Amino acid sequence: MGGAPPLLEMRGITKEFPGVKALSNVNLVVGSGEIHAICGENGAGKSTLMKVLSGVYPYGSYSGSILYQGAETKFSDIRASENAGIVIIHQELALVPGMSITENIFLGNEPRRFGRIDWQAANRQALELMARVGLSEDPDTLIKDIGVGKQQLVEIAKAFAKDVKLLILDEPTAALNENDSQHLLDLLRGFRSRGITSIMISHKLNEIEAVADSITILRDGKSIETIDVKGEGADEDRIVRGMVGRDLNSRFPDHEPKIGEVFFEVRDWTVRHPISADRLVCKNSNFTVRRGEIVGFAGLMGAGRTELAMSIFGRSYGVFLDGTIIKDGKEVKLKNVSDAIANGLAYVSEDRKAVGLNLLDDIKTSVVAAKLSKITKHGVLDEAAEYQQAEEYRKNLRIKTPTVDEGVTKLSGGNQQKVVLAKWMFTDPDLLILDEPTRGIDVGAKYEIYGIIQRLADEGKGVIVISSELPELIGLCDRIYTVFEGSITGEIARRDAAPELLMKQMTSMKKLATS
Amino acid sequence: MSRFKELQKNLFGGGTSNARQFGMIFTLLAIIVFFQVKTDGLTLTSGNLIALTQQYAYISILSIGMLMVIVAGHIDLSVGSVAAFTGIIVAKAITEHDVPWPLGILLGLVVGAAIGAWQGFWVAYVGVPAFIVTLAGMLLFRGGNQYIGDASTVPVPEGFREIGSGYLPEFGPNTGYNNWTLILGLLACLAVIWRELRARQVRQQMVGAEPSPLWIAILRMALMVAVIVFATLRFAGGRVGTSFPISGIILAVLVIAYSFYTRNTSGGRHIYAVGGNSRAAELSGVKLRRVNFYVMMNMSVLAALAGMIFVARSAASGPQDGNGWELDAIAAVFIGGAAVAGGLGTISGAIVGGLVMAVLNNGLQLIGTGSDKVQIIKGLFLLGAVALDVYNKKQGKFSIVGALTKPFRRDEPATPAAAPVVEHVADDKTPASN
Repeated sequence: MGGAPPLLEMRGITKEFPGVKALSNVNLVVGSGEIHAICGENGAGKSTLMKVLSGVYPYGSYSGSILYQGAETKFSDIRASENAGIVIIHQELALVPGMSITENIFLGNEPRRFGRIDWQAANRQALELMARVGLSEDPDTLIKDIGVGKQQLVEIAKAFAKDVKLLILDEPTAALNENDSQHLLDLLRGFRSRGITSIMISHKLNEIEAVADSITILRDGKSIETIDVKGEGADEDRIVRGMVGRDLNSRFPDHEPKIGEVFFEVRDWTVRHPISADRLVCKNSNFTVRRGEIVGFAGLMGAGRTELAMSIFGRSYGVFLDGTIIKDGKEVKLKNVSDAIANGLAYVSEDRKAVGLNLLDDIKTSVVAAKLSKITKHGVLDEAAEYQQAEEYRKNLRIKTPTVDEGVTKLSGGNQQKVVLAKWMFTDPDLLILDEPTRGIDVGAKYEIYGIIQRLADEGKGVIVISSELPELIGLCDRIYTVFEGSITGEIARRDAAPELLMKQMTSMKKLATS
Repeated sequence: MSRFKELQKNLFGGGTSNARQFGMIFTLLAIIVFFQVKTDGLTLTSGNLIALTQQYAYISILSIGMLMVIVAGHIDLSVGSVAAFTGIIVAKAITEHDVPWPLGILLGLVVGAAIGAWQGFWVAYVGVPAFIVTLAGMLLFRGGNQYIGDASTVPVPEGFREIGSGYLPEFGPNTGYNNWTLILGLLACLAVIWRELRARQVRQQMVGAEPSPLWIAILRMALMVAVIVFATLRFAGGRVGTSFPISGIILAVLVIAYSFYTRNTSGGRHIYAVGGNSRAAELSGVKLRRVNFYVMMNMSVLAALAGMIFVARSAASGPQDGNGWELDAIAAVFIGGAAVAGGLGTISGAIVGGLVMAVLNNGLQLIGTGSDKVQIIKGLFLLGAVALDVYNKKQGKFSIVGALTKPFRRDEPATPAAAPVVEHVADDKTPASN
């Protein structure tokens, strides 16, 4: 590239919403043919900046200038930016589940012959585009029948169908497992070698470090710095420092576990898939949790961790076949969610927006939602008690909000997650199962969530953490089980936990001798 | 916060009310004033108010049930047919099988419950969408009405007619007014004042919550008391022998009971939870199917009651009873601020929505508008009311119309909250730095 002029230059971008300055004098220079990462905590302004770039916020609604391919652009809407070859792939994929891969790739852009859609040509072109993104599937396959990793590739193929010059990916690997993420990153490198420029927004610093040529860091709506990776090199600590504006000596709070006796035990847990009768999602799983202990469940996406957790939580997933749950020395039968809650179980789901929260609720109603009996007196809800309880959690968990009357949609991801945690802490559980508790939330909020988890353990509760991020499990958990294809394949104590060992057991059927 | 916004936010029920309801109350006032002028004062005469109450009590009873159905994320198209079906069974039982009329009412409620259980079963336990189940029910029970009644009208006796056309009796000294109505009015005033004081007390217990300013509380109390006093004198001062209708009393009792249920009990919360996010509700221990079943069943019981009141008012059950009621009830619920997707809406909103439609209808009839034009105007009004709401939600910016129609509770502009948020951001950062 050397002296070549940059492909994109955003100068002094300022974007205000009523009462909030979302972007203030942001500068972004993206060189031609590079992979440019944008980092920042949630709310730092990454998405807003991309919306300005793609014309979602049209020219005139922001101040500053955008130079693209050497000329100033004034996009009036997203179609205008797409015509110029700028394509965004959002975190929430914009695909129609009931349509085929081909139909999705050419949606709104169908190749026509004499006014009717030429499906032969479409399929042919689709195959070409799919080959470019390394996707080998029948183009007639419906989107809902392929995994989220492949769906992501279809989105990228769709971008190529529009003759993309600048590809913007918002959290492209957030929902992907390690293999699919790796494939995607390789793909980005491939694009680079063919001269396609990519902007990648991500929270996964290790991926950024691995693939980015330069990194722009945003904080509180300002561009803090741009790191030239090749020139200066960038390590995760440096990025984190830029993002949070301070050193994080450690990404995990210091913690001295106080582990007690085994109080929760699952034996021979076997569950089948809700639809296909011959597919077992949990196979003879055995595990234990001690009081005060944080137990991790590692596994690739689809390994059956969520299924295991949800089937234990009142059989809310799949069809129960066999197995026993022993709590405090006695067998308990948890036939539905209310049984599970009554027996001191809590399950914080991996998808807080889809299944964790009612997004119409305000904070206080969300906090008490799973145990209304606690604020009910003689059959009547006590609104003052509700408010006070919620207020206490707001203070204890440091939920950033002016009052607990606020709607949950107004909170950032990290604060929403705290509300979900509060909701389940409110049920006074003995065992909390946290499924991807830090997914999609920023570094600072993660640190706080870790602190909350440790505090819960110190109160004598058992905590199960399901996570796809191995460093998180290693940093947080006292003991880690590995799960592969529905079976528990290993049990590793904290002192022995290393990413390589975990990864090996997460991807192999060989069962360790369990004593 | 400007005075106006403060007023808007706090005038009706503080943080739990919403602005579309506020806007609707103003719309209602405007419509009343408009017709009062247009009809030379006919709209607010005792006779018209009493007739209005009797004429729309049963629609409002339906809209109570419909509100809960819509909040839970369903719809019920069968209510008119269910009302007609129950009406004919009860009329037949009383006149042709000599069932005493109080038992007849009980029978009607049981029939409603049975129909509701049937529809609830398909919706909750089989998972057929309520739209389909109740569309089928609409045909089924309309046909059932005509099959049982042989498509003819069946009269009902005097005693039974009381629930539809009866009034509070006269008693005590001659005050020139109906004394029972006066007493009821007085009780209503006391209840409003007590409720206001109680709400303030609760709000004060919430440390950190700002109670609505005192002047607003007093203004609100004064307004409501004034409305009640005015209505009481009108209802109590009509033609001798008339007063507040029995059907109005049934409606009032139901409104109070169901408002309490939906707002202040866990059962009511569960309905909102199911409509807001059924999967989240289920994973919070809400028994999804049970909630759906009872919501559908309750609707049919109320439809049965509405049907009986209508039969009592028109003194006979006929094959065309209840035609189009479902649409009136659904319109009332949506004008009153419920969300099409479920999870949002209040009983009081639905009642106000119903009142708006009723006054509009009544006023247009009083000034001699033909029923063709009345329908056109009502249709446009419904569309306009909901479209304004949708438009304002999309715009997300403040406008006069927006102020009157936008539910501020979820989408209030960030301005007033901005300052405290910044403070919280600041102290939120501290833990990681030490």
